Amino acid sequence: MSTYDRSMALTGQPPVILNRNQKIATLIGMFGLAIILLAAFNVSFPNKGLWLTLALTSIIGGTVWFSREAYLDKEPGIKNDGVWFKSLSNQGFWGWIAGIALTGFYIVLYFYPEYLGLVKEGSNKGVIGLFDPLSRALSGNPASQWFVYGTLYTVAILAFGIKFLWKYRHNRYERIRTFSVMFFQTAFAFIIPELMARLNGSSLLNGGSLPYYDLKNMWPLNYYNFEGYRIKGFLSSGDIGFAMLIFGIATVFIISPILTYRFGKRWYCSWVCGCGGLAETAGDPFRHLSDKTVKAWNIERWVIHSVVVFVTLMTTAVIYSYLGNDTSKYWLTKSTFLIGVAVLLTAVFAWVMVFKRKQFQKDAIYGAIGFFVIIIALIGFHFFSGEGNVFLFKSETLRKSYSFLIGSIFSGVIGTGFYPVLGNRVWCRFGCPMAAILGFQQRLFSKFRITTNGGQCISCGNCSTYCEMGIDVRAYAQKGENIVRSSCVGCGICSAVCPRGVLKLENGPLKGRIDSNQVLLGNDVDLMQLVNQK
Amino acid sequence: MENIIIIGNGIAGVTAARHIRKLSDPTANRAGKRIIIISAETDYFFSRTALMYVYMGHMKFEHIQPYENWFWEKNNIELVRGYVTEVAVEDKKLLVDGSRAFYYDKLIIATGSKPNKFGWPGQDLHGVQGLYSKQDLDLLEVNAPNREACKRAVIVGGGLIGIELAEMLRSRDIPVTFLVRETSFWNGVLPEGESQMINEHIEEHHIDLRLATNLVEIVPDENGKVKAVITDKGDTIPCDMVGLTAGVSPNVEFLRDSGIELGRGVKVNRFLETNVKDVYAIGDCAEQHEAIGNRRPIEAVWYTGRMMGETVAQTICGNRIAYKPGHWFNSAKFLDIEYQTYGWVFGERGKKDYEEHFHWRHPEEKLCITVAFHKENNLFLGINTFGIRMRHELFDRWLTEERDVDYVMEHLADANFDPEFYKNYESAIVGQFNSAFGKSIRSKKKNSKRIFQLN
Repeated sequence: MSTYDRSMALTGQPPVILNRNQKIATLIGMFGLAIILLAAFNVSFPNKGLWLTLALTSIIGGTVWFSREAYLDKEPGIKNDGVWFKSLSNQGFWGWIAGIALTGFYIVLYFYPEYLGLVKEGSNKGVIGLFDPLSRALSGNPASQWFVYGTLYTVAILAFGIKFLWKYRHNRYERIRTFSVMFFQTAFAFIIPELMARLNGSSLLNGGSLPYYDLKNMWPLNYYNFEGYRIKGFLSSGDIGFAMLIFGIATVFIISPILTYRFGKRWYCSWVCGCGGLAETAGDPFRHLSDKTVKAWNIERWVIHSVVVFVTLMTTAVIYSYLGNDTSKYWLTKSTFLIGVAVLLTAVFAWVMVFKRKQFQKDAIYGAIGFFVIIIALIGFHFFSGEGNVFLFKSETLRKSYSFLIGSIFSGVIGTGFYPVLGNRVWCRFGCPMAAILGFQQRLFSKFRITTNGGQCISCGNCSTYCEMGIDVRAYAQKGENIVRSSCVGCGICSAVCPRGVLKLENGPLKGRIDSNQVLLGNDVDLMQLVNQK
Repeated sequence: MENIIIIGNGIAGVTAARHIRKLSDPTANRAGKRIIIISAETDYFFSRTALMYVYMGHMKFEHIQPYENWFWEKNNIELVRGYVTEVAVEDKKLLVDGSRAFYYDKLIIATGSKPNKFGWPGQDLHGVQGLYSKQDLDLLEVNAPNREACKRAVIVGGGLIGIELAEMLRSRDIPVTFLVRETSFWNGVLPEGESQMINEHIEEHHIDLRLATNLVEIVPDENGKVKAVITDKGDTIPCDMVGLTAGVSPNVEFLRDSGIELGRGVKVNRFLETNVKDVYAIGDCAEQHEAIGNRRPIEAVWYTGRMMGETVAQTICGNRIAYKPGHWFNSAKFLDIEYQTYGWVFGERGKKDYEEHFHWRHPEEKLCITVAFHKENNLFLGINTFGIRMRHELFDRWLTEERDVDYVMEHLADANFDPEFYKNYESAIVGQFNSAFGKSIRSKKKNSKRIFQLN
């Protein structure tokens, strides 16, 4: 019915052919990509530092120039014209091509880094070799596939972040939020850990060496944070190392609950997190592809909570495996640790059941009971299993399968590779255990909500369509209800695209936060009471 | 078993159906009330106000359907696709497409509107259309798919649909000429300053706005397709598509000989009952015998359709209540500028003798508000706001509490509904108000206890 366009443009509008400057911008960006691609085919560039700089500046410059041409000569406002007409952004041919290419990249990155030129003994070749000069400048070490990935990741967040800033230049919430993700990615995820690597072996760390640590990356997103080698690294690195370990624990149990209480989980998911950062910037053109059906929501709840159970079991098993049995050596032993975990989980569970059970839908209660029983039962198995075995499995098996299934396949290959097919928050919505835990807090214990503005909703569906988390926002808004959903990452786009000013993200009093009344204001008060009778 | 038939699956009819289903006793099994919705337009309910976004590529048609397709069967609401050609009230019978007969116990007419045509020469040519229905949207894809097929479009009628159509066509880069009868855009409704600001904004979007200009004739080419329009200024504007958006009127022709009393719409009393027993009318097509307050007898507005649907559902389920809409509110979006209104603010034409206006406009950005209040007793009457979102609940409360304009000015920050981190303009607004009326009000800081009534 509608006009379909086969252009690869993510911006601009379907009937508008790229203007001359955009063509040049595309050429520049492609030139940068071509350098990296040639390096991947083992073309050895003579002056690597220069060529790398050229490649990265071309990519950033091309993207930024293209976006500038797309947005800056237009009035500030919502720029979604033709989104569903473009094959790149409507799951059409180019969308699938992009999806396949990204997926392929992730598979090579995670499982075949040697194709990218990684050489274990001796100097790197290929793409990784091309990035050596930058890596040496930052940390003093040669590049790895993770350094290449981190650099490209940061470049993507910065270049597409600038695009996003122009696209939403009328919206200060979006602008400030985007500056935030750009900052946290560049400083915390990219530069600081690289510079910290320079400290390794120095007297500041008592000669110890810190594990690579992106400070904003919390457990369980950072599922490996409490593995034996990292704990050893922290503990070997003097006061600084110890402080970082304490910080790692505090982020999970103290800092994040407080911030989530005050601001909702958005303080992390759409302001700080790296996965969120990429989704909000490079992933923004695909946000509308998330599935909004009730069926998808059901799948989401089962899958994501299973991942939480998995990561909890895995981490418990891993920590358990390196703890000792002798209380005289160290107070924390295998059994005290397991008892501690069980007590903590039971406390959380009991608290929720006592104070918040009314806010739960039935199936959530079943789910919670089920999962709780499993955890307790598995811990019980410990007492019947021998040395080296934890629960039913060897802890190493559990760790490896988590790392492979969740850490690599789910968060990387599917989570990012499938952006153009399943939307930009697939990982955050279906897989991220961090998001699930923060969401649990957000749903039950937070001041954050999306307020619906009385009866102004016209059921148009922009909010639901552009919700990257697949929340059917309209279903609440058209009834006059506030939106309090555990999956909401607070990106603010529903509010931005609303043509009638109906939605506002805000932190307010707990009372009346989840307002299940249908307040179609402007109508007779008596009638509204009748409508609200349950 | 009671058969309830609803003609029309728009917001009014669907709201009525949903609420009837909700109110009908579920323990009395499904036989209690049978609900049938008949529509000629589409299989499923969709949001009419969102049609524009489908053409603009913001959404696909399925996205503007607020309920998934399984919803209707699950809630035991039967959907029939067809055009009601005849209503025989004596036999309580409907004919669909001239043949299929349906019998009702209660009938709700919710057939909405159709675009106005004022007898312009050439108004039925190929390439001339209104913008109201799904069919109109499909037609627009034929008449104006892109700028090659449609080198220029002319829109006739400067109202809400006209400016939406202009925005739609501009999203595909089609040149648009916009003929507006009034001397300034929508100034029959909007006060001068606001209307002026929208004029400027329309031109910013490269729309050829022709104010105080009427359509005289639409000229065909040799194939009976539109070729040009001629205006009363003597201009001939070549074009490939003409959009007629000079308002809408109730879609009630099919009831002409039914015995149901018609005016411009279906005449109803305060209980939304027609002159025939067990026949009700709601939404755009209903016409009140006497207007309610400052409202018009026919209200072609999304929100009022929804309220009427809720009201009639109560009545049909044995709790007969009158349609009593509360304080007036409405909203729209003019290209990039959002508009909300609460209470009554009239344009020059409808302005009451007692009505005083305070207008504030941002020096650079496209933001403005107009506050109406009573000259003598300072009573707050209403507010129009452009580019600044305001809290519905608060204005509704203030209108109920009959606050004066000074109170509203003092607490304006509470009412702000803009996203977080947006710039606030309360102090500028209140400052100008003070100097205009010799007052010394100080803008109070936003207070969530007041907003959410936590005391």
